[in-house]
Amino acid sequence: MSRTRSRIGVVQPATGEAPVGEDTCVPIHSAADILEARKRGRELAVALGFAATDCTLVATAISELARNIVLYADHGEIRLNSVARKNSMGIVITARDDGPGIADLQRAMRDGFSTSHGLGLGLPGVKRIMDEFEISSKPKRGTTVTARKWKCQ
Amino acid sequence: MQVPILKQGAYLIASIQSALEDDDLVRLCDALSTQVGKSRARGVIVDVTALDVMDSFSTRTLVELATIIRLRGAEMVIVGIQPEVAVAVVRLGLKLEGVSTALDLEEGIAYLDGKARSSGKEKNDRG
Amino acid sequence: MLCASGGVSEVTGIVPRTMQSLEWNTGPARKEGPQVRRIDKRMQSSTANPDQNTMAAITSKAWPPAESEKSGTAYALAGVARHRASDESGTVELLRSLAHLLRENRTQLCEEWSRRISGASLLTAMTKEEIFAEAIAVYNNYVDALESGTLEALQAYARSLSERIIPRGVETREVIGIVLLLRDVLARSLFAEYQSDFSMLNRVLDSYEPAANRIANTVAVGFVQERERVIREQQEAIRVLSTPVLQVRERLLILPIIGEIDPQRARQLTEQLLRGIRTNRAKVVVIDITGVPTMDATVANHLVQTVDATRLLGATVIITGLSPEIAQTLVTLGVDLSKMNTVGDLQGGIEEAERLLGYKVVPISELAHAE
Repeated sequence: MSRTRSRIGVVQPATGEAPVGEDTCVPIHSAADILEARKRGRELAVALGFAATDCTLVATAISELARNIVLYADHGEIRLNSVARKNSMGIVITARDDGPGIADLQRAMRDGFSTSHGLGLGLPGVKRIMDEFEISSKPKRGTTVTARKWKCQ
Repeated sequence: MQVPILKQGAYLIASIQSALEDDDLVRLCDALSTQVGKSRARGVIVDVTALDVMDSFSTRTLVELATIIRLRGAEMVIVGIQPEVAVAVVRLGLKLEGVSTALDLEEGIAYLDGKARSSGKEKNDRG
Repeated sequence: MLCASGGVSEVTGIVPRTMQSLEWNTGPARKEGPQVRRIDKRMQSSTANPDQNTMAAITSKAWPPAESEKSGTAYALAGVARHRASDESGTVELLRSLAHLLRENRTQLCEEWSRRISGASLLTAMTKEEIFAEAIAVYNNYVDALESGTLEALQAYARSLSERIIPRGVETREVIGIVLLLRDVLARSLFAEYQSDFSMLNRVLDSYEPAANRIANTVAVGFVQERERVIREQQEAIRVLSTPVLQVRERLLILPIIGEIDPQRARQLTEQLLRGIRTNRAKVVVIDITGVPTMDATVANHLVQTVDATRLLGATVIITGLSPEIAQTLVTLGVDLSKMNTVGDLQGGIEEAERLLGYKVVPISELAHAE
């Protein structure tokens, strides 16, 4: 699957979209926090009336992003909030860490790439199961991933 | 949280009761690969009915376990994958290739019984 | 009600559903001069060219009504009402008098109304007798609402009427049309009653109009809401029907897909299929896509993912009726067709499924022979 350059490293302005309710922030320090983060994400998706499959996709994406933090950055946070746009509700997941950063984003977004062990499907997988995906990273400064899922009508 | 491993006839059955932390899953896999030799099990069933998320880590770990079990001379089957979880796994781009799956515990046992019958026929044809 | 365009905007305006009782607003009392002018204006506007056919039918009669339409019962009532019409309680009193008058003339006015409905080619799906029966019922409810100022009974009747006539193809336009006709018929009768006393006529119409508008509104809104409910139900039914998951044998499901698949339908299809597999404990699923003309890359990809997800639930998918075009799409996507279980047609697919499940279909004659 081809990855377009424009989607990477560029934070798109969120047009016509307004935050709803309060942010949830889950600090990620250990593997136990992964479970907490995805539990919170699922609760939010259920509360917004997402379809069962989409609730699971949101929880799965959070699981991937939180695990990346544990594996590569030691600690960071997962921020969850709900947003409204024209005629739809959505969830924004923001995963932030101040770890070593990703030197080659293009490579990191390629299937099968991993600086740790295993298949390394984390980031491209998240991009596939979410509706919108943005990533920015600075070496030695950390990585921020923002992913959105909109409720299907 | 530890996952209990039951021995039922020639099979080992591990029923995951709730969402697992990474370490618990790794521990379960270690325990299964050890016990499959000790108990001379012919098959291993991992019941994931209670898992609401199977991300790339847990999927990869289970695929690795299946390979190890096969190398140890037994057959592994994953049972109880929820429909939504199945969709998520596939959409993540994970295939669970080389891993057998069945609807639930009953089906898993039936699957292993079938495997045992067909391999038994091949090995020593009782005529 | 004489001002056609004014009447329409009243009816199509939004009235909160929670509005349970009416407030009859009479407005400030007028001086003699403007009252007369106002009536003149109404007379002109009633003959103005309306936009819609419905409106044409409603306003086609000459105004004021002919002498023959005048019924001669209400002078005494008008006299009673005259003393009280100056305040709000007077309005209530006046409406009560009007209701009484309208009840007395019920048969005659309902006949007139039915005639006008037929004349305007409204409710063509119904017989004359049906129209008259409904007209009497609507009329009774209408007059009750006019008198009591509460809309609950009328709302309930409007709902049940809508339930009855929507399946017969009656349209919103017609319902609004008949309600406006009733307003017109009644107003004409009131005019006939009070035309000799302009100040009384004006008070009567001032009381009658807002009430009649709200009643018309209630009936029209009730109809539209019922219609929307029916449409929603039908949409849901169509959605479910468009992806039927059928069990043909124990552990064997068939999913015949007909028509274009968009991503939304593809999602639904997958969810219904996977749920069907769990509830029916299916081992084999035959997906027949003979009826799918084309498939874009996104949907083809989705189909492949559905096949993979089905496998994770321990079931096998057989795809039948794959057209050369769709096969080409799948190949272009890089799908390894050798890994997908495809069979030419549905019959072959079911036979293959039966084989996988260990069934063997044998003619009864052979079976008898074997025994």
